[in-house]
Amino acid sequence: MEQSIPTRMGDGALVFLTPSEIEATIREGVAAAVKRAKVEPLAEDEIAHLLDIFSSRSRFSAVDIGDEVTLSYDGCGSHDIGTRVNDLQYYEQYLCADSVELYHQDYSYKPAKAVIGFEQTTMRQAQFLITAPCGYGAMPDLGLYTVPDGPVANWSQLLPMGKIAEARAAQEEAVELAADDIFFVAASMAEAGADFIDLDTAGAAGDADFLAALKAIARIRARFPDLGIQIGMAGEFVLGMHGELEYDGVRLAGLWPREQMKLAAKAGVTIFGPAINVNTGKPVAWNVARTITIVKQCCEESTVPVHLNGGMGVGGVPMHILPPGDAASRASRSAVDILRLDGL
Amino acid sequence: MGAGDVYGQAISHGVASGMGGIRTAGDLVARMQITRGMRLKQAKEYVAHKLGVSVMDLSDPVVMLDVRKERGLGAFTEAGEIVYVDDPVGLEAKFHIAELLDVPINSVERFTAMTRGRG
Repeated sequence: MEQSIPTRMGDGALVFLTPSEIEATIREGVAAAVKRAKVEPLAEDEIAHLLDIFSSRSRFSAVDIGDEVTLSYDGCGSHDIGTRVNDLQYYEQYLCADSVELYHQDYSYKPAKAVIGFEQTTMRQAQFLITAPCGYGAMPDLGLYTVPDGPVANWSQLLPMGKIAEARAAQEEAVELAADDIFFVAASMAEAGADFIDLDTAGAAGDADFLAALKAIARIRARFPDLGIQIGMAGEFVLGMHGELEYDGVRLAGLWPREQMKLAAKAGVTIFGPAINVNTGKPVAWNVARTITIVKQCCEESTVPVHLNGGMGVGGVPMHILPPGDAASRASRSAVDILRLDGL
Repeated sequence: MGAGDVYGQAISHGVASGMGGIRTAGDLVARMQITRGMRLKQAKEYVAHKLGVSVMDLSDPVVMLDVRKERGLGAFTEAGEIVYVDDPVGLEAKFHIAELLDVPINSVERFTAMTRGRG
């Protein structure tokens, strides 16, 4: 009789599965990725490696010595203790972050623009103290440009009324406003000494959100050839809230990581961050297998470093505000080992 | 990386797969990724060559502490037990990093411009 192994569900709950059950769930995760994202399945030796990682009863799992990758963070610190510069310091000094990121509590470019002088001053102070690359991050967050928060008609109200053309026009207008704001903040941060700019959770409001990010990135790259630009995606594929938007002749709606990466690299990013959603009703082993299968081809073909999003609810890490270390470490190791990632 | 508490996220990933930041050469490798878009293998080889160490050494804090101290690349402040007052840290160290890696560092160029004589 097989011994049960303690492992996790996608919501973080502890469950016990036999090695046979773990292997079955890994194979189901691979199959789910192949069916949904139209990608190649993992090889048998890669499935065997995942089974090895998830069949262990150890509290923690880690990559081999020498296989370590760089870690970047979409926002450092919780703003709970000390100042925001202190947050960056303890990420560098105590958590061994390879790069650090200053952020405003609202974490969107539109509100950051309104307090840009304060953000610049904080970045300037941070640059005196921090040795590691120190950047600024926020979300494109296209929804903030719609009424009642912004000047543009709300496509989430227009679409249920069947006003498709009006909803599309509103999104196109919001794209230009958001790209302007992102460029303004990026230029201001470059002026204050930032090493890079991060457009995080790009595509959260769909294809128009992703287009705003790409347009902003192209403008930032043209103006600042040496500034690092990182993009982190909101989800595994781009939602078609507009449906007809294109960048460089490519329709954005429905793009998966491989195609997202190509457009981001063309626009001018130096780091691409795919985000693969977690299914809370499936085991972590299922989610990790699915994540790796979806992202593998993107990693193999990428011309820029790939930092897989590995926060709660993405990249196989449980959707819980306190991700258990046993699950997070297995997700981390699995992705690095099989994808030969550039970072997380 | 992503959301979640510091222990579950930053520490778990850091111990499981992270290079180690200024504790090793992680920040230097990250800088080549960020500034030049180098993939990990290329960035590690580039930094190792510039430092005159092996790629394996880059993630080894025992090796890298001495290398960083000798070259003035910054390190942990650690209550004055690792970095002394004549060891560069922060912006001071970034002057040495820019020269070593042969990349422009924004804050270094900005500091140089700001402290230049004005008339």
